[in-house]
Amino acid sequence: MIKIAVASGKGGTGKTFVATNIFSTLLRNNHNSILVDCDAEAPNSAAFFNTEYSDSLEITQLVPVIDKDRCTFCGKCRDYCNYNAIFILPHVKIINVIEELCHGCGACLVACKFDAITEKPVSLGNVTRFVTNKEHYIIEARTRIGVLSPVPVIKAAIKSIDSSAEIAILDSPPGTSCPFIQTVSKADYVILVTEPTPFGLSDLKQSVETLRILKKPFGVIINRSGIGNNRVQEYLFKEGIDLLLEIPYKKETAQLYSKGILLAESDPFFERQLLAVFESIYAKEWS
Amino acid sequence: MELAIISGKGGTGKSSISAAFATLNGKVVLADCDVDAANLYLLFNPYHDEEEVYISGHKAILNPSLCTNCGLCLEHCRFDAITEGKETVMISETLCDGCFLCSRICPGNAISMVPNDKSRMYSGSFRNGKMVYGRLAPGEENSGKLVTMVRNKAKSIAEESGFEHIILDGPPGIGCPAISTITGVDKVIIVTEPTISGISDMQRAVAIVQKSGRTPYVIINKCDINDDMSDQIKNWCGGNSIPVAGTLPFDPAMVKSMVNSLSINEYDPENSINESIRNIWNNLLNNK
Repeated sequence: MIKIAVASGKGGTGKTFVATNIFSTLLRNNHNSILVDCDAEAPNSAAFFNTEYSDSLEITQLVPVIDKDRCTFCGKCRDYCNYNAIFILPHVKIINVIEELCHGCGACLVACKFDAITEKPVSLGNVTRFVTNKEHYIIEARTRIGVLSPVPVIKAAIKSIDSSAEIAILDSPPGTSCPFIQTVSKADYVILVTEPTPFGLSDLKQSVETLRILKKPFGVIINRSGIGNNRVQEYLFKEGIDLLLEIPYKKETAQLYSKGILLAESDPFFERQLLAVFESIYAKEWS
Repeated sequence: MELAIISGKGGTGKSSISAAFATLNGKVVLADCDVDAANLYLLFNPYHDEEEVYISGHKAILNPSLCTNCGLCLEHCRFDAITEGKETVMISETLCDGCFLCSRICPGNAISMVPNDKSRMYSGSFRNGKMVYGRLAPGEENSGKLVTMVRNKAKSIAEESGFEHIILDGPPGIGCPAISTITGVDKVIIVTEPTISGISDMQRAVAIVQKSGRTPYVIINKCDINDDMSDQIKNWCGGNSIPVAGTLPFDPAMVKSMVNSLSINEYDPENSINESIRNIWNNLLNNK
C-alpha cells in the first residue's frame, strides 16, 4: 500500500480540493483506493462523495482518577506531570485533575506510591468509515468540540486503514506542527498544495523545511495559478523541487467546489492531469 | 477592545480582514496568533524591538552507552515513540510527546530531556501601531502556549502604548491554538466562505466559541461565489441567534493588495469593499 499525503502550510490553499479530486480520479481509473480525512478539526472530504455510513469508532484517552481516601497529598504525581494537569493544595487536602490538559502519558500512575490513582477513558472524537457505492472507503477523523489536540484521533484514523487497498490518500491538516507531522510522517510521499501569493510562498517554505527534516519525498501543486505572482515558481526552480501541476484560477472551479461538486468528474482534461500527476509520482518513487 | 478573528476553515480571509481592520483608523496592536503559519509580518514588515525564545516542550534523547536495553521505557511509553533496537532501544523524536516519564524511570539514567528552543516571539512597531507575532519552529508543538505568550505581550504593549484596540489574527481549526486565541477576548469574529466546507467548519468554530459562553459574529467573505450558500449561512446564523456582522464580495484586489504587501484599504482606497469593512468594524465597536 502506498500512502500519499496532501498537505499545505497555509490553510485554504486547496488540500481537500486536490485530495478529493485525486481520490475520485484514481477510483474511476480502477485503482483500489481509500481516502483518509486527517483534518480532524475541520473534516470535509466525505461531503464531496455519495456515501453511506459504515461504522464508527470512538477514540478515547485515559485520564487519572484520584482516590482521595488513599491520597496523602505528597505531590509526587503533580511533580511527574509535565502538562500541569494536576492541581494540589496539600494543607487543605484539595487535589484536582484538569482533564483538558492531560495528555494521558500515565506518569502520575507511576509516580503514586499509595495506589491512589486509577484511570478512566474520556472521548476525544471519532474515526468514522463511509462507503461509496463501489465499496471504497472514506475514513474521517473528527475531534469532539473543545478537545485541544487532534493528534490521537488522527493517529487512530491512519492506523485503521485497511491495507488491502492499493493507494491511500491522506487529506492533511494545515500548519507544520504536531497534527501535520503526525499525518505526513505516516505517508510515503507528500503533495504540497500552495497558491501563488506571498502568504502561500512563506507557508510553503516552512512546509518544505519540515519535510526535509523528516526526509519525506514531496512535490508541489500550485492552485489558483494566475491570481498572484511568479515567486512560487521561481522558488521551486531554484530549490529543484518538482512542480507537479498548476491549476489555473477560474471562478467556475470555485463555484463548483462551493457546491460540493468534483471538478475531475466533469472535466476530463483535469482528470487526465491528475492521473498523470499520480503516475509520475509512482514512476519516480516506486518503480 | 480585544478582538479575535478565527474561521475553522483555512483560507477564508482572516489575515486580509485583520490587515484591513489594522489600518482602518487609529493605531492598534496587531497580534498574529497563527503561530504555525504567521503571515501578517509579510504585509507590515515590522521593525523588531524584541525577540524572545519560546520553549515549546522537550524531547527525549537516548545516551546509547548507558542503555542496557531493559525495555522498561518501551513498556511505559504511550506515544509509540520508543521501539526495540538490536543493542539499545530507539526513540523517535517525531513521536515523542515530551512527557518525561521514560527519563524519570530509566534505571541507568540513559535518557535525558532536551528543550525545543527553536521557536520565537517577535514584537515591534509597524506603520500603524505595534505588532506581536510568534513563529513556531517546524515540527514543534504546544502552539496554544505560544499563542497565550503572544497575547500577553500584546496586552502589555497596549497598556504601555495606550492603544485602545488589540486585533488577534487567529489560526485555522478549532483545536488548542484557536481555543487559546479566543479565551477571554471581548469579541470573536468567524470569517467564513459560502462553500460546503466553509459552512461546516464555521459551525464547528461557532460551537467552540459558544462553549466558552459567548456569541461570535460572522463575516461571510467571497459571498458572491455562491449566493445560495451565502443565504444558507445567513439563515443558519439567524436561526441560531448568531449575528452576521457583514458580507464581502470576492474581489481580485484583495489578492493584489497582498502581493503588493499592503492592506486592501492601503492598496485600493477607492474600492467600495473598504466601506463594507469599515461598517463591519463600526458595528463591532458599537455592539456591546
